[in-house]
Order: sequence, then C-alpha cells, then structure tokens
Amino acid sequence: MSEKNLNSYKNGPDEQGRFGIFGGRFVAETLMPLILELEDAYEKAKKDPEFQAELDDLNEHYAGRPSPLYFAERLTEHFGGAKLYFKRDELNHTGSHKINNCLGQIQLARRMGKTRIIAETGAGQHGVAVATVAARFGLPCLVYMGATDIERQKPNVFRMKLLGAEIVPVTSGTGTLKDAMNEALRDWVAHVEDTFYIIGTAAGPHPYPAMVRDFQSIIGREAKQQMMLAEGRLPDSLVACIGGGSNAIGLFYEFLDDASVSIYGVEAAGHGIDTDKHAASLTGGKPGVLHGNRTYLLQDEDGQIEEAHSISAGLDYPGIGPEHSWLKETGRVNYVSATDSEALVAFQLCTKLEGIIPALEPSHALAYITHMAPKLPRDHIIIMNMCGRGDKDVFAVAEHLGVEM
Amino acid sequence: MTTDYNKSRIDRRFAALKADGKKALVTFLTAGDPDYDTSLKIIKGLPEAGADVIEIGMPFTDPMADGPAIQASSLRALEAGQNTIKTLQMVREFRKTETDTPIVLMGYYNPIYIYGCDRFIKDALDAGVDGLIIVDLPPEEDDELCIPALAAGLNFIRLATPTTDDKRLPKVLTNTSGFVYYVSITGITGTATPDADIVGAAVNRLKNHTDLPVVVGFGVTTPEQAAAISAQADGVVVGTALVNALKRSLTKDNMGDATTVDSVLSLVRDLKQGIEHAT
Repeated sequence: MSEKNLNSYKNGPDEQGRFGIFGGRFVAETLMPLILELEDAYEKAKKDPEFQAELDDLNEHYAGRPSPLYFAERLTEHFGGAKLYFKRDELNHTGSHKINNCLGQIQLARRMGKTRIIAETGAGQHGVAVATVAARFGLPCLVYMGATDIERQKPNVFRMKLLGAEIVPVTSGTGTLKDAMNEALRDWVAHVEDTFYIIGTAAGPHPYPAMVRDFQSIIGREAKQQMMLAEGRLPDSLVACIGGGSNAIGLFYEFLDDASVSIYGVEAAGHGIDTDKHAASLTGGKPGVLHGNRTYLLQDEDGQIEEAHSISAGLDYPGIGPEHSWLKETGRVNYVSATDSEALVAFQLCTKLEGIIPALEPSHALAYITHMAPKLPRDHIIIMNMCGRGDKDVFAVAEHLGVEM
Repeated sequence: MTTDYNKSRIDRRFAALKADGKKALVTFLTAGDPDYDTSLKIIKGLPEAGADVIEIGMPFTDPMADGPAIQASSLRALEAGQNTIKTLQMVREFRKTETDTPIVLMGYYNPIYIYGCDRFIKDALDAGVDGLIIVDLPPEEDDELCIPALAAGLNFIRLATPTTDDKRLPKVLTNTSGFVYYVSITGITGTATPDADIVGAAVNRLKNHTDLPVVVGFGVTTPEQAAAISAQADGVVVGTALVNALKRSLTKDNMGDATTVDSVLSLVRDLKQGIEHAT
C-alpha cells in the first residue's frame, strides 16, 4: 500500500517520470544511462539528511534565505481590491529564484564526482546562478546561450564572464533558449563521463522536472509559514509568471492540495495570443515531445517547433515544464497570459509605487494582477512570486520606451 | 526457423549480403534536402550506386542528436516545404520502381506523434517503409510507437552506444529488429572519428547479446574509414559525409543543380568500392 494520498496533486511523477501523459524520458540512448544514474543519485541524496543539511546551510548563509514575504501596501491601495503580498525571491543572491535550484544541483554534481558543469540560459538569470555556484565550488563552467539573447542581455553575459564561466554563443536554429538547450544536450552527449548538466527550469527528461521542482519548492514552503505568521491563514490566490515554469511550480507546489487556494500561472502573450508572436505554450500550443519530455509546445501542424516571442528573454521558450501541462489538464491551476506592453506597464507601476524594480518576467504576473486585484474584495489575499529583479532589464525597457541612455 | 516470407526486406538484404560475404553500405540523407524533386532523384539513384540499405531522415527543427551538417540539412528541407506527408510520398514514389532495397525512416518522435502513431504506422507500411529509427524513443518509451510498429510488421531499429553497458544492453535489444545501429562515438553525428579497433571490440560485445546484424555509424566519412569500420561489423552507415557532399554542390542560396545528384551518388560509389575492396 502506498503511503501517498490518492487524492493529492503532489504524488507525481510516477516511475516513468510521468505526470499524467506528460513528462517521461524522450532522450537518445547515449543519454539514457546518464539520466538513470542521475535519478538514482538524486533519490539517494533526497533521503540523506547530510545532503539536506548542506543545502539548508547554503540556502541560509549563501543565498540569503528565507526571502521575505512583503506586503505591497501601495500597490494594494492603488488597486483598491485584494491585498497583495510579494514573495521576494528577487532578493536572493544573484537576483532571482534560480539560485535555489543551482545550489541543489551543484551539490548533487559534487556528490556524483562530476567535474565539469554545463548549462543553458535564456535571459541569463540561470546562467548567472550556475556560473556563481560553479565559482563557489571551483568547477569549470560552460554556458550555452542563444546569440540573439547574448545581444539583449549584455549585463548578464558580462557577469557570467566575471564569474569565470565560458559563454558559448548558439547560432543554430533561432539562436534563443530552445537552441541553447539543444546545444547543451549535444555537449552532454559528447562529454558523458565528467559532465553535469544543470537544467534551469522544471522541464527536460525525468528526473529534472521533479528535481528542479523539489529544489524550488522551498519558495512555497516559506511563503506558507510566513503567511500564517502575517495573516494567520492561507492566501486566497497565488500568481506567478511562467516560461519553463520553475518559479511558479516552486511557489505552487506546497499549496496544490489546499483547495481554498486559487492558483494562476501567467504566460507571456508577447504581441498577443492571437498573433504568431507569443510564448504561451499552454494557452496557444498543444502537447508534443521536445527536450526529453512530453508537454505543451508551440508547433505547427507537422510537429515542427515554432519560435516563441516575448519581451522577456526568460519566458521566451516554446515549451513548458510537464507538471504544468498536467496541472492545466486537471484544472488545478488556471493558466492565463499577459502581453509585452501590459508587462511594461506593470514594470513601471511596481517601480514607482513600491520602489522595487521587478524583472520583466514577474512583471507579467503583476500585469495579470492589475486586472484581477481591483475586482476582488479587500480581504482576498494574493501572493505573487517576485522571482527576479529588473536591473538586467533596464536597458531593454529603455529601448522599448524609446529612451536614449 | 522462420521462412523467408516472414522475414522483412531488411532481414533478406542482410542475409543475402552475408551469403555473399559482403558488408552493407547504409546511406543516410535527409528527405527533401535541398528540395523534393532533387532529393527523390538521389534516393532513386542510391541502389544502383551501391546503397544496400537506405536511411531517409525525416526533418525536424530540433534534431538534438545531430551535428551541424545534418541540422542544417533538416532546416534546408523544411525551408523547401518538406513534411511527413511528403516524406512518405517519396518512399511511395521510390517503391514504384524498386522493391528490393530496404528503406528505414530515421527521425525524432514529435512529427510522428503529431501525425498520429497509428496513422503513421499504417501509412508508412502502405508507402513501402521497412523500418524506423526514432532517436528520442529509448526502450523506456516503447509503448506508443515501437510495440505497435513491430506488431504491424515494421522493423524497429535501436541505437546502441558506448554508454549502453552490458547491464542495459538486453533492455535496448528487447524490442529491436532488423539490425542494431551501433553509435561509434559518444557525441553527435559527424563530429568525431571512431577508432576501428575500439569499434571492433564494441561490436563483439553486442554480438554476445544479439544475432541481429550490427552496423556502425556516426563519424564515418571516407571510403577508407568505411572499409576499416565495416570490416569490424556487418555494415557501415554514412550520413554526414553525404550530406556535406550534397551541400557543397548547392548554389549560394541552397538550390540544387545538375551536379547535386551526381556528387552524392559518386561518393556513394566510392564508399561502396572502399567497402568491397576491404572484403
């Protein structure tokens, strides 16, 4: 008899790495033994109190956890409806939630005796977090990044170089996150003995989606405790932006079985869901197989993968973590979207009213809240994951607003 | 012992080669590269040029296990309008005049998943396809395509790699038929050169686990290499070198011309000669 609660949303994935029909292990044979080895190592680490203790220590003293839960008073006043809290993961070391996952994975890499770290990055937030932990533990690090993204994320590129990482520009395909992931997988296939691939989002072949979720779910565990202290009860709604979906699953997971909590994942609608320039794979895509897992994908009628578009490089991915695909199909999470221009408005609003410059990614979450909050009663409590800070986006925003710097 | 009637075209081809003491030349080209008509002409010319088994790549936007040459080839084909329906159509055209040379479709799962597995198996059989190699379907994901394809009479050919150890090999070989494709390097297509001795040892390791023919691919580019590698196995796969020969014949804007078909087929002839000299 399984100890797991049959009526829980927290049981996945199954032994095949599936969440319903989503997830799985769709990789070339060369990688298959590696991901089985990784799964085995991760299962052992999870049960080892020493692994958890090391990670707790790094989270506290290196990353700066717990991140605060902050009552966004002026935005709440401005909306005149629901009461808004930010889970401030942008205050973590390196400026986003990405460090949570990287600390976990590098600890695992070290336990497995791997001596070379590779990663893909879109906006550069994950790349910076990987370069940071690689520097901290003295491991060489290669970051694959689309040539298009290198151009629009120069500050992060330089940060990674300062941290000692080598940046490999990817020009194949469309030169964005999906192509960077293809190249990282190709690198891994060619360096199977010594290399650990730190995937940045809750996607890829099993066990990555579950492992990344586990490392990120500290966000929701903290938020729940902090909310009990602040308000003595659960929140009514959770809102987070979704690219691959790691910050969102990190916040949501702890609350999945709390039926009273409504959950919203906000995808990037780019120029609009009804145009061909968006990154909303759940709202505008259909199930397919890419990068080792079955999930919702932007694709054409022949199953060819289509380009995603978003003002935010971090959301610019044609897929989504498989657990989100499943949470969509079960109806537990509501998946909605916000456009580039709505995100820009929210970016400025948050900066002016709260003195917090949000990354463009969580600006999408806030953009949705600007529609949602005013219609809700004053005792409705929302937690939004402020998953990254906007320093990296200042140049891009200036350009969009037509400001010369 | 089964009769010949129950054997696939692939089984018959390898049995005939073995009877003659010959090694198989397996060629890979992407369907629709650089365009449908040129690609079809090349494929129609392959048996006469010396190809014993024809692998046809089904183009995909994100070919994770392939190197730059085959990636670019996929994108050229897609750019020229290739899709799954047209790839099956090419096989149908080929089969109008050629009924002996086996055709294996090689690709990634998503275009088949979107086409629909059952519909794909039916249409592939109907077109005259003999086998499938689906790079991102390991034995762990056999339920959806591999097992129904085998049941319907298609061969399902699996890649074995240097990372597939003895413990894992039986699992990899369980639902494999036709032949085993040994990937000679840990890496992507066309990027490194395999060492013939190491390959020989690896093929012997495979032979301890299976009676199926073993062919070796990934990184075989010249007739000399083809000769050396095929001497260690039942055959050799050449892909990237053919794709490169095709690419070199194209105009600046990736159009094929009169030389395209010949430049590919003449390399096939050279490769075949290299292998025959060695055996």
